[in-house]
Amino acid sequence: MAGETAKVDPMHQFTIEPLFGTQNLDIAGYNIAFTNSALWMLITAVVLWVFMLGGMKRQLVPGRWQMMVETFTGFIDDMLEANIGKAGRKYVPYIFSLFMFILFANLLGLMPLGVVGLHPFTFTSHFTITGVLAIMSFLIVLTVGFWKHGLHFFSLFVPSGTPLIMAIFIAPIEFISFMFRPFSLGLRLFVAMMAGHVLLEVLSSFVIDGWNAGAGFGLLVGVPSFVLMVAICALEILVSGIQAYVFALLSSLYINDAENLH
Amino acid sequence: MDLEAAKMVGAGLAAIGAGMAALGVGNVFGSFLESALRNPGAADGQQGRLFIGFAAAELLGLLAFVVAMIILFV
Repeated sequence: MAGETAKVDPMHQFTIEPLFGTQNLDIAGYNIAFTNSALWMLITAVVLWVFMLGGMKRQLVPGRWQMMVETFTGFIDDMLEANIGKAGRKYVPYIFSLFMFILFANLLGLMPLGVVGLHPFTFTSHFTITGVLAIMSFLIVLTVGFWKHGLHFFSLFVPSGTPLIMAIFIAPIEFISFMFRPFSLGLRLFVAMMAGHVLLEVLSSFVIDGWNAGAGFGLLVGVPSFVLMVAICALEILVSGIQAYVFALLSSLYINDAENLH
Repeated sequence: MDLEAAKMVGAGLAAIGAGMAALGVGNVFGSFLESALRNPGAADGQQGRLFIGFAAAELLGLLAFVVAMIILFV
């Protein structure tokens, strides 16, 4: 990168570093160090597990916690019912796990735990993670499609009622758009999370550098930046929810293509 | 103009794409609100389509951001 290095490096928060002295752990020549990314994935899984455990009491009159969990499951259930139909019920566990895992990861990454010295790591801001999640969805689409329809699945690339002359042009375009799906799915989540965290870091560097340059700059630059930061934090919480929702929604739409050919 | 300066200018130009995506996303939500206020009863059923449109418009802006990042850091 050109220019002098800034005091606050906005990209430093995405560094993956091995923890607990496991940096030399190798299996068959591949490094499998326990990194901060793995740690936060584990924390997300545990928090999600505790959240679900508290809500699975099956009481006839649900308490607040059970109500919260049932709202989420009902939300995903309705979404799959609306997009796929009756056959969508069997995908509820997958889409629900995907949605909750991404949602909890995004929200945990935004937690202001840095105040007590524990810096959260948003693992959804890495393409390796979101890419694997997207490939999982894509593989389910391929498996379901070929399992259910056999080679007839390729008719996905020719929308019904297309004249033969148009089909020659449309089929390659549909094929490219189909193959681009996992990339767009993973890229969207990863870039949205990364851009938000870089923005917060840059704004916080304005606050710090502004006050370091004197009270005048602090009032002129630092205070407005801080107010903007609070607003952007609220926006980021919204983005966390929307991106998790969009990931689940698009996954269910792609599964719908495989389940009922269009 | 040397290479470093050209890279910076290129990354800045890529930000135009992000602004264009802002127009697109605003258009998606604006059109939705416009028609939702005409027929509030039908609005809830179209929320899925609203977010599909949002995701499609937003993706292109995010791609512009990725291009800027690739120019700057790779």
